[in-house]
Amino acid sequence: MTGSILEVRGLARRFGGVVALAGLDLTVRRGTVTALIGPNGAGKSTAFQCISGVIKPDSGTVRFEGQDITGWRPDRITGAGLVRSFQIARGIPRLTVLENLLLYGQAQPGESVLTAFLGTAAQKRREEALREKARAIAGRLNLARVLDNPAAALSGGQKKLMEIGRALMADPKLLILDEPVAGVNPTLSAEIATHIAHLRDEGMTVLIVEHHMDFVASLCDPVIVMAEGRPLMEGSFEQVANDPRVQEAYMGRRAVHA
Amino acid sequence: MDAYLVAMLVFAGFYALMALGLNVIWGLTGMVNLGLVGFFGVGAYASALLTSKLAWPMPLGWAAGATIAALAGGIMALIVARLRGDYLAIVTLGFAEVIRLVASNEVWLTNGTDGISGIPGPWRGAVTPQQFNLIFLGIVWTAVAIAFYLLSRASHSPFGRVLRAIREDEDVAAVAGKPVLWFKVRAFVTGAAVLGMAGALYAHYNAFIAPEGFAPLLTIYIVLALTAGGVGSMRGAIIGAIFLITLIEGTRFLAAAVPGVTPVQKAALREGAIALTLILLLRFRPQGLIPERTRTKA
Ligand SMILES: Nc1ncnc2c1ncn2[C@@H]1O[C@H](COP(=O)(O)OP(=O)(O)OP(=O)(O)O)[C@@H](O)[C@H]1O
Ligand SMILES: [Mg+2]
Repeated sequence: MTGSILEVRGLARRFGGVVALAGLDLTVRRGTVTALIGPNGAGKSTAFQCISGVIKPDSGTVRFEGQDITGWRPDRITGAGLVRSFQIARGIPRLTVLENLLLYGQAQPGESVLTAFLGTAAQKRREEALREKARAIAGRLNLARVLDNPAAALSGGQKKLMEIGRALMADPKLLILDEPVAGVNPTLSAEIATHIAHLRDEGMTVLIVEHHMDFVASLCDPVIVMAEGRPLMEGSFEQVANDPRVQEAYMGRRAVHA
Repeated sequence: MDAYLVAMLVFAGFYALMALGLNVIWGLTGMVNLGLVGFFGVGAYASALLTSKLAWPMPLGWAAGATIAALAGGIMALIVARLRGDYLAIVTLGFAEVIRLVASNEVWLTNGTDGISGIPGPWRGAVTPQQFNLIFLGIVWTAVAIAFYLLSRASHSPFGRVLRAIREDEDVAAVAGKPVLWFKVRAFVTGAAVLGMAGALYAHYNAFIAPEGFAPLLTIYIVLALTAGGVGSMRGAIIGAIFLITLIEGTRFLAAAVPGVTPVQKAALREGAIALTLILLLRFRPQGLIPERTRTKA
């Protein structure tokens, strides 16, 4: 199970006059936790938007497991096993944490109108299985205590955990996380790193956008740097952190504040 | 007085059905629908024409009214797929007006502004008008009960969960693996079917329909009923409909009881009282009389 799971070639996207992506190339190898870093406005979130199908790129291709998924609807991409989180935790605030997790469950026959009217046994069985799974994921991510609280009532860190938990409900082969520890305290941040390392050890591939360099250093290999919508370089964290081009891209901001 | 009360309860049933239909489209899925009277009208005309011109049996006419309205709902959902908020409101409002204009102008089919009269009613003529009202009371509220039962189930099923997710954040619902457009179509079809059924029943109760009976005011009433009852709550839809009818009719007697004012002043007093009650309700209970419960059942 080696080789690449995700290949992005020449991805371009502009918003009016702003060029967010100007030909991004990116390869994620199977079984890695790969980081995508770059200064604010480099186009990282836009890349995630295009990869996950939430917005369409102007040009370029996205291949997932060898299949061209460019321009696919987001639900199809999720169904194929590529699941993303959102940078600003976008829980469904009025639903409980449990419902948020269940929402990401796949293959629920109760999502058809007729089955929902009838409340069939198949729907109940699937719902029970999904609830079981949601409880297991919540237990793993320390969310068990808050399962029945509305998502709006979660702390910032818990919202980040819920974002990850939801994505896991969809059985991703490739999990892409946009700033999973932004605004999270160092202890929880280290915990999240441990969770992600476990997922990798279980065979999942993870692509992470993150500004916290200690987090990236401890978890991610390789690290891909992008700036102004283009790839800049790729390497181990050490290599990247010591590269003058990278330091320049961050324009005086210390590339490493670990 | 008795007859009046029964007639009001029948109308409360029509309002409740419409509020239930609207609740699927707007309450659960968050798609503003200011064209609901259009679907109500489509159901009414379809059933009236099929039963009086083609002599279809009434239950078949009602089913056809619901089906054709559902079809119109599906097409509408596809047309407005990318629209939200204000734009959706304008397009749906326009749809209802188009239906009304077609009903006014396609005289060969609809008899224009003169309307269609002599629409059959169950056992009409064979029973006294009072008995007819009672029979219809039973029919309408049976329909409300069935719609309520099915829609409550759907609302607290995985299907309802997806609709709520779409209402709150479409992108999240899509990333969760749900084909958003397809769900919107299904919500619109389901809601429009209930609206169409309400229209069909109304036509056969009233025996007469004309385009002016499908003016935007009715839409506003139903939106108010659902808002008062609790947006997203199926119970709220029914309670809100009863509440609105009680408010509209109750103030009639209240205003009449006020001494020393002219009839014009009485009418103004009545409208003022309705407005004030609704404002107070929404000020102190913005979530409605029966707030939505969002949990699904295992
Ligand atoms: N929906 C949008 N409309 C207009 N401009 C946008 C939109 N989304 C992103 N942009 C612009 O595209 C550029 C890249 O934004 P993007 O969010 O991808 O950056 P980022 O690398 O994720 O930054 P950060 O690290 O701050 O999250 C920015 O200049 C941003 O203002
Ligand atoms: Mg970003």
